[in-house]
Amino acid sequence: MNGFFDTFFRAVFLENLALAYFLGMCTFLAVSKQVKTTLGLGVAVIVVEGISVPLNNLIYNLVLRQGALDWAGLDQLDFSFLGLLSQIAVIAAMIQILEIVLNRFFPALYNTLGIYLPLLTVNCAILGASLFMVQRDYGFALSVAYGLGAGFGWALAIVALAGLREKMKYSDIPEGLQGLGITFITTGLISLAFMGIAGMSF
Amino acid sequence: MSPKQTLIAPLLKENPVTLHVLGICSALAITNSLTSSLIMSVALTTVLVISNTAISLVRNQLPSSVRLIVQITIIASAVTVIDQFLRAYLPDAARTLSVYISLIVTNCIVLGRAEACAMKSGVGISILDALGNGFGYSLVLIIVASIRELFGNGTLMGYQLFRLTHEGGWFQENALFLLAPSAFFIIGFLVWGVRSWKPEQKEKPDFEPVPLPSSEERR
Repeated sequence: MNGFFDTFFRAVFLENLALAYFLGMCTFLAVSKQVKTTLGLGVAVIVVEGISVPLNNLIYNLVLRQGALDWAGLDQLDFSFLGLLSQIAVIAAMIQILEIVLNRFFPALYNTLGIYLPLLTVNCAILGASLFMVQRDYGFALSVAYGLGAGFGWALAIVALAGLREKMKYSDIPEGLQGLGITFITTGLISLAFMGIAGMSF
Repeated sequence: MSPKQTLIAPLLKENPVTLHVLGICSALAITNSLTSSLIMSVALTTVLVISNTAISLVRNQLPSSVRLIVQITIIASAVTVIDQFLRAYLPDAARTLSVYISLIVTNCIVLGRAEACAMKSGVGISILDALGNGFGYSLVLIIVASIRELFGNGTLMGYQLFRLTHEGGWFQENALFLLAPSAFFIIGFLVWGVRSWKPEQKEKPDFEPVPLPSSEERR
């Protein structure tokens, strides 16, 4: 159980996908104007990461990895080069299914999350978390922790940025720096703050 | 747009990174060394050319309801080829770039160009467009990487240009340039520079300040 929380906190603070690995930046910069919108997006990311990372973990360990098909007498097969294709397909399919299920059974939730779900198919934070999971060789339990932590960390970062941007609406920013430029610099400062936590050991 | 314009416009006037905010993730992540940035630029441009060509070839047969999944599959296949190639012939580089080569799949430049150009125009124009956008992206990557590596390490592509203080030289390296925040700052200032030079790219402020009443109105 210790490893579970360790991985979770590590993924939220030290290895924050947005601020330390620069993943999901396009959405991060484009959709961070209002705290309310980012909250919806953040929850969507946590849900999708929490499901897709463990799912990809199962597929990788049970089908693709070398020796995974031992039981069928196919011990020489190594499908790990198909990892990328299968991961992106799993993510795209999962998001589609999630959308349909939410629409049918939880219409209220669908109305808040629905618009962000399709956007997440091509969000590198989602694919990146699955790729890191494979690279670091997490087991199933750790992949659940990592998926949730990665999603939570990303959500935390985008809500923080949106909060700052809402306040900055009223400040007098040099003309060329307005919009994209100042957002980059603010993100840099948040990232600097997150790096301060790196000195702590969990 | 004329073919020449298609090739040149994305370099500065319609740069995918500084104007359209596409492909930022990798532009930030791997720019702490010039060598990996160059490899990344070549990899992205190759993927872009392959995917734009393939998508432009099949564009008339594609029903629009499944076009996204087909585009993603084409892109993912191209990326897998590049990834396997790098692992076989440049294993060191593949290790430094780790997941970022695979992440070209979700690089918005590739999907963006597929949607905006390859689905609408012929093969020739699509290839030129892919090259132009690839070069525009590479340009930003090379500028950022040169600054970060030079000030962070005193090196360029691994060659020592500035002699470091602890080796008897004069240059005190600044480790912040190798860390994540510096990439954000440098791109932020780069955007500022480009937009001051080309004022038509400036964004409108979200919130217009109310003009102060003039002295006569106040009275």
